Amino acid sequence: MSLTAFNDALLDPTADRPEGLSDSAGRPAGKRFDVYRNNVTVSLREALEAGFPATARLLGEQNFTAIATGYLRANPPSSPLMMLYGGGFPRYISNVPALAKLGYLRDVARLEYAMRQSYHAEDAPELAADKLAALAPEQLYNARLAFAPATQVVLTEWPIHAIRAKALGETAENPPGVAQPTLVTRPEFDPILTPLPAEQADLLAELMRNKTLAEASTMHPTADLGTLLGTLLATKALTDIKIEDKQ
Amino acid sequence: MYDQTNHLPALPGVGYKPQHYSDLVANPAPVGWLEIHAENYMGAGGRPIAQLKQLSGHFPISVHGVGLSIGGEDALDPDHLSRLKHLCDWLNPASFSEHLAWSTHESAFMNDLLPLPYTEVTLKRVCDHIDQLQDTIGRRMLLENPSSYLAFDDSTYAEPDFLSEVSKRTGCGLLLDVNNIFVSATNLNYSPYAYVDAFDLDKVGEIHLGGHDEDEDDHGAPLLIDSHGREVADPVWTLLDYVLERSGPLPTLIEWDTDVPEWPVLAEEARRADIALSKLNARAKVTA
Repeated sequence: MSLTAFNDALLDPTADRPEGLSDSAGRPAGKRFDVYRNNVTVSLREALEAGFPATARLLGEQNFTAIATGYLRANPPSSPLMMLYGGGFPRYISNVPALAKLGYLRDVARLEYAMRQSYHAEDAPELAADKLAALAPEQLYNARLAFAPATQVVLTEWPIHAIRAKALGETAENPPGVAQPTLVTRPEFDPILTPLPAEQADLLAELMRNKTLAEASTMHPTADLGTLLGTLLATKALTDIKIEDKQ
Repeated sequence: MYDQTNHLPALPGVGYKPQHYSDLVANPAPVGWLEIHAENYMGAGGRPIAQLKQLSGHFPISVHGVGLSIGGEDALDPDHLSRLKHLCDWLNPASFSEHLAWSTHESAFMNDLLPLPYTEVTLKRVCDHIDQLQDTIGRRMLLENPSSYLAFDDSTYAEPDFLSEVSKRTGCGLLLDVNNIFVSATNLNYSPYAYVDAFDLDKVGEIHLGGHDEDEDDHGAPLLIDSHGREVADPVWTLLDYVLERSGPLPTLIEWDTDVPEWPVLAEEARRADIALSKLNARAKVTA
């Protein structure tokens, strides 16, 4: 027999169990095949729950089980690296009609996936603070920043930093009524989260697109560049600062 | 043919869990080596890689792959082969092992060890895949016997014969999971002792032990599930003694992957494996 029938019935609960499988007495395998079905479904669902713990709490167990099961049946992993599984889960959530009013769910899930990527990202030496201090203002404004592979920024209109913390029981306080785009960095081994004012986050996003400090500041003139640079240094978000040679 | 030497010591080992790091480094006895799942150490950096570098200074490491899909119909994933090679190159583990199973089909990864029929066709495919893997990583691998919940009507080989033939054709060693024997023998109604008698014990480079759960099939017959979520069952310890009496001392691993306990509980299981191995050494001395 081809393994295709076996494979296809694993994630399709409506599919007939494959032919040619039996118990020791030659009777059809029946429930014995369902052990594999169950193993696959539960292991993938548990991987999603471990990767998106706050999203899972926000949805509640029953909803999460239903939504995660829908996701994994339509989107099984494409690689044996389970640490990467679930990159499409935030978008999937945002397309579930019943969740249309809970717009923050997608962005909390994006934040959790960014943390997972940060956790496994390549190690990199941090920028020496004196390298920055040694620059003349004009040099600084024409410089570009090099970010550690573990550094990410999650842009959002929702207070995702506080929503996540509350969902995980890290705080009892209600989320504020402001957007919390969030900087993810990894000073050592554990990703840390820093909510940023929206204009600083937009400025940071431009810097991460390799714009010079001057270019990014021109695009977001109200953002506090000095404070942002201080945050990036304090959280070890940077690896280098690149000075442009004068043409 | 690659190095036939077994570099893991004939001592108890445990499947490494990060929550046991401090205990293992502070007071490892009787644990003499650790096993890791290869795929958990394929990120670019961060704590997993840093911890593994540290651990490899304290313990011989066995790399156990769970995602190559050696028994699958697809060609092996070249990216995954490269990742395995990279890991083996920098870590230089004492052993590398994988499973007689498949997990990927038409590029979808099922995150489980799925069964295959034992036929001439699958034998050739498994051997081709093992040749390719061993040539890529430049090492001899050990191939593990699976736990089975059902049988394929198409199979023409008994499992011990299939594994023996794979070993003969590829030069690979075998990893004997004693709990898997007990689970499969119970589920498919044969004697686990007869399985051991038929097994090519000379090729075994490592033993696995783990816990299983109990269920029933549609007809009320026992259906054991290989869960790795509790203590090793008593009949499996008895079967281990039977294996070791015939094989001699072997590196013996406790696997506990779900509902992972506090260190003292896992250490107690390792001590039980140590007793099984020590009994053997004591008897060897008396005989000598």
